[in-house]
Amino acid sequence: MFDKNLEKNTIAMMDLLPDASVNARAESPLAHLDQFHSHTNIDTDSISLQEKPFLGHLLLRGNADNTAFKDAIKKVLLCELPKTLACIYTNELSICWVSPDEWLILCEGDKAYKLEKKLREALVGHYSLCNISGGQTVLVLSGHHAHDVLMKSTSYDVADCSFPIGKAVTTTLAKSQAIICRKDKTTWELIVRRSFADYIWHYLHDASSEFK
Amino acid sequence: MFSIYCPHCCEYREEEEFHAIGEAHIARPVDPDALTDAEWASYLYIRKNPRGLHHEQWVHAIGCRKFFNITRDTVSYEIKETYKIGEAPAFVA
Repeated sequence: MFDKNLEKNTIAMMDLLPDASVNARAESPLAHLDQFHSHTNIDTDSISLQEKPFLGHLLLRGNADNTAFKDAIKKVLLCELPKTLACIYTNELSICWVSPDEWLILCEGDKAYKLEKKLREALVGHYSLCNISGGQTVLVLSGHHAHDVLMKSTSYDVADCSFPIGKAVTTTLAKSQAIICRKDKTTWELIVRRSFADYIWHYLHDASSEFK
Repeated sequence: MFSIYCPHCCEYREEEEFHAIGEAHIARPVDPDALTDAEWASYLYIRKNPRGLHHEQWVHAIGCRKFFNITRDTVSYEIKETYKIGEAPAFVA
């Protein structure tokens, strides 16, 4: 028989952040760039490239047509999950659609464990929730030339008509891939894999240099 | 530019985001233990190679990562339709 309590008790969960008693520090996948003076951040009005390190990345999977699943999500996140190719920004979270049964939730790094616990307490039945914070990072490309940098970096059409504010698309970026979210008219968030962060950073740095 | 319609993302995407997997609509035998070696080999390896309409499985590998089916003309390479797994194709030879 399906035992709700048993299921909850048997899920192994841990806070991925070390507590203060451990002599350890988190390191972003781009931490090594500080060593090189030539790779300082690009930050002008026309183009800016910054990393948003140490965010909590939670990957949620479930059936969007399941009422119990939808209700539990709404209770914890206080909003509906985004529809196809959309992203939502709230005060504390950003949620983007990844595939028909998959969403990526971004929050402050030190709140990820608390959020994961709250979601697990609310969710029942067939779902999946995974903390993948260590596996990817967020780059923010902004400025009125950000659109021009993306135009030459991805095959996806980033024009206003096909890529409005609030859209999220997983697609190719340079020779790698990224989830590209348009936060506002001139701000784009790129969620990239940790192992490709260095490549994409250098690629975007180079691609942006003509617009500085 | 060569674009393919993803039935899960509901829009056309660049061809480099997709991978072809092979022939579609191959049902796994209900009782594999009961098959002869020839029947098992046929299930695993023997594929159609039609001239004309072909139903193929594709995956939106750099996108939603979902599998779906394409009906494609092997002579003209024209993609007649894309449809979700479990749905019936509108174009049949």
